[in-house]
Amino acid sequence: MITLPLTRRRFGQALGALTVAFSLTPPVCAATGAGLPGSLAGNRMLDAWLRINSDGTVTVCTGKVELGQGILTALEQIAADELDIAPERIKLISGDTAQTPDEGFTSGSQSIEYGGTALRYACAEARDILLKLAAKKLGTAYDKLTIADGTITAADGTITAQGGQKTTYWKLAAEVDLHREASAGVPPKPPEQHRLVGKSRPRIDIPAKVTGGAAYVQDIRLPGMLFGRISRPPSYRAELVSFDEERVRKLPGIAAVVRDGRFLGVVAQREEQAIAGRDEISRAATWRETPSLPPPDDIYAYLTSLPTEDHLISSKGGDAPPAAHLSLAAKHTRPYTAHASIGPSCAIAQFADGQLTIWTHSQGVFPLRRDLAKALDMDEVKIRCIHAQGSGCYGHNGADDVALDAALLARASNGRPVKVQWMRDDEFGWEPYGPAMSVELRASLDEAGMVIDWTHDVWTNTHTTRPQKDGCNLLAAWHLAQPKLPGKPEIIPQPAGGGDRNAIPLYDFPRQRVTHRFIPQMPIRVSALRALGAYANIFAIETFMDDLAKAAKTDSIEFRIRHLSDPRAIAVIKAAATYSGWQSDMPAGTGKGRGFGFAKYKNLSAYLAVVVDVEVDRQTGRVRVTRATAAIDAGQVINPNGLVNQTEGGIIQAVSWTLKEQVRFTSEHITSRDWSRYPIITFPEVPEIRVTVLDRPNERSLGAGEAAQGPTAAAIGNAIAHGTGIRLRDLPLMPDRLKGAFG
Amino acid sequence: MTDVIELTVNGRTHQLDIAPDTPLLYVLRNDLELNGAKFGCGLAQCGACTVLVDGKPVRSCAYPVDAVQGRAVTTIEGLGTIENPHPVQKAFIEEQAAQCGYCINGMVMTAAALLKRNPHPDDIAIRQALAGNLCRCGTHARILRAVGRAAREMAR
Ligand code: FES
Ligand code: FES
Repeated sequence: MITLPLTRRRFGQALGALTVAFSLTPPVCAATGAGLPGSLAGNRMLDAWLRINSDGTVTVCTGKVELGQGILTALEQIAADELDIAPERIKLISGDTAQTPDEGFTSGSQSIEYGGTALRYACAEARDILLKLAAKKLGTAYDKLTIADGTITAADGTITAQGGQKTTYWKLAAEVDLHREASAGVPPKPPEQHRLVGKSRPRIDIPAKVTGGAAYVQDIRLPGMLFGRISRPPSYRAELVSFDEERVRKLPGIAAVVRDGRFLGVVAQREEQAIAGRDEISRAATWRETPSLPPPDDIYAYLTSLPTEDHLISSKGGDAPPAAHLSLAAKHTRPYTAHASIGPSCAIAQFADGQLTIWTHSQGVFPLRRDLAKALDMDEVKIRCIHAQGSGCYGHNGADDVALDAALLARASNGRPVKVQWMRDDEFGWEPYGPAMSVELRASLDEAGMVIDWTHDVWTNTHTTRPQKDGCNLLAAWHLAQPKLPGKPEIIPQPAGGGDRNAIPLYDFPRQRVTHRFIPQMPIRVSALRALGAYANIFAIETFMDDLAKAAKTDSIEFRIRHLSDPRAIAVIKAAATYSGWQSDMPAGTGKGRGFGFAKYKNLSAYLAVVVDVEVDRQTGRVRVTRATAAIDAGQVINPNGLVNQTEGGIIQAVSWTLKEQVRFTSEHITSRDWSRYPIITFPEVPEIRVTVLDRPNERSLGAGEAAQGPTAAAIGNAIAHGTGIRLRDLPLMPDRLKGAFG
Repeated sequence: MTDVIELTVNGRTHQLDIAPDTPLLYVLRNDLELNGAKFGCGLAQCGACTVLVDGKPVRSCAYPVDAVQGRAVTTIEGLGTIENPHPVQKAFIEEQAAQCGYCINGMVMTAAALLKRNPHPDDIAIRQALAGNLCRCGTHARILRAVGRAAREMAR
């Protein structure tokens, strides 16, 4: 092994070392970069992606970051294959504003599609440059050379003009110039030449994570480091009436008490002292509160009553609806849902010589840096954000916010680094939730049982309030005496979509109208949660398809296939049906049910079909998912075990969302602020899971990390309907309506 | 108010001058610089901070440091190392039983304690033992497989 596992001490040092060895900007003014594949388009210099080192290693830089999805392992596989080197030679640098390309956010299951593609082309081109140089050095024809683990040999074995027949990347390292614009002119290897891509490879980060090695931002310790905590207002709009700072300062170990507007925080020598300081702040501060949250019992009526911007995102077929044999309509809802990371958000900040350094588990170190600069009135170049892993986030949680909290506390700490971790209730109370949504569907069937008309209306807030161009989207910035206000809520455009993600059905309907009713006003803070609107839209479409199949007296799977022409869609559906032993005539209403769900995520990414078995307790109405059998087609698979891991995880998380989860609030307060008020799935409730991967090595890799969310929810709803005869359309699917209602 | 507290962690004895009601978690993480036990909730609800005290799993976030005086504390670092992992750690690596991995400390420690108490647990017993340990990434299926594998390995 050349990359040694980082020990605790070395980890701190490695992170502390500041190395800005090369420039990310092209020497000549770069054009837009249009035409280059993946993230190369925005980061055109080859040495922004990789450098060959004389010590036998290759430094690979990626703007994508590890979130527990195994991306770094997969990127190593890609680079090692393209360069013909052992993956152990790779030194990865990920998500560092001083060292890596700006690839925006690691989100939306796009890392392999964009980051992986860029790396693949950059490595292919670098390999070509090295080979050309070697040919010249060895005096051999380019096409006579072979590479094995970085050693370049003249294949015919002839002693060359210069006398040698071998050289290595490492010998050529000093002479090879990768500080040049990528041309993307060297085609990457075809799949049959891959040695690592497509094969399961153990994740590089797991050994440290199971032995107590330094793996997370929480594990970084810097010399002289202090501990900080923040004490937020009791509710979104609470105003600070008075605050007795002295009470807090008197406590043991307190290094600073920070008050800026209604932002209150404390810094202490020891972590438990900071926590005690935080508790004391809540006693020493008095607040004026006004009810500011929407009516909890009627949230969907409230949301749909707010002004909307309506976008007709799909329109097919004539103006007049066709004559129908039968029509159905249904309304579906999805509650505010928490990211609920197991580890609360954490960051470390240090001011030294007018520079701010932040260690963060943000999904986008460059966008975060921009917002930090706005919040702190600093020049962006004076801020460096370095990614270090955190607890799984599944979207936009408190990661970015806590970075600003740490910076604000570090600013009051005389150059000493400050580590801030949110408390459990900070995370549950202030994270931006997955938005509540309402989806109305109408459809008509003809005599033959085919859908002839389809209408989908989705009411939703934005699904991203991440740091963006305008405004400042960091929580503490809104609480400062001179507040920086958030940016205008953004619509993520089709075809990926945000709240309208997957609202356009993949089925071939002759007439359809799909409308995104975008609600700009956000009574509760929201942002990106895994799968965005796809979760609710697919739940609605796929449960409604089952209702229509029933009305057409057709098997659910048969009914779907009749409306599909995409062969890959049909293949995953059939695979899930086969592996689950699907039978169209399973007895209904017995308390045991079986249901199906399918989607092509974003209508652009991975195809996933799942069959779910449930058991419903007749007395209590409690639903248990006993088994989930899924098939997934994510195009070319880089690391099959990693793909299965993510898919299993997606299914289990979706079971949890679908059966248990909703953010609870009164008109004043968010009340689900610990695990007892926001329960998630536990081991006794976890189903048996089987995932089958349909590998397509000649197809492009498709984002897969979020593919399971919607189909799993729908399959559960359909299984409950099958087992009880009761159709639940309001998420989460709670037992009260099933109690004693069947059998 | 601080006190000299003597505690034995992974076989080594330490003397620390700290407040006796300090939760063990912060002592392990910040004074002894052990990374394994994690802060998840501080409320004894999630299990991320699990360590063994005299072989029994406890939630170090809600366990005052003076309560472990005279008792043996084992953290995941004391269970095994990358070079020489405990069978449970080895099984977690072999089953690739982690996504973000933040919960995994608690899973490994709770499973190690279970297998000591009951070397042949069935699926239900494993699920019951881990019922109070939360995982948000949905790694449960793999964790169950890893614990099953560790039990088999240890029985050999
Ligand atoms: S951190 Fe101790 S149980 Fe959650
Ligand atoms: S692996 Fe991420 S919380 Fe369990």
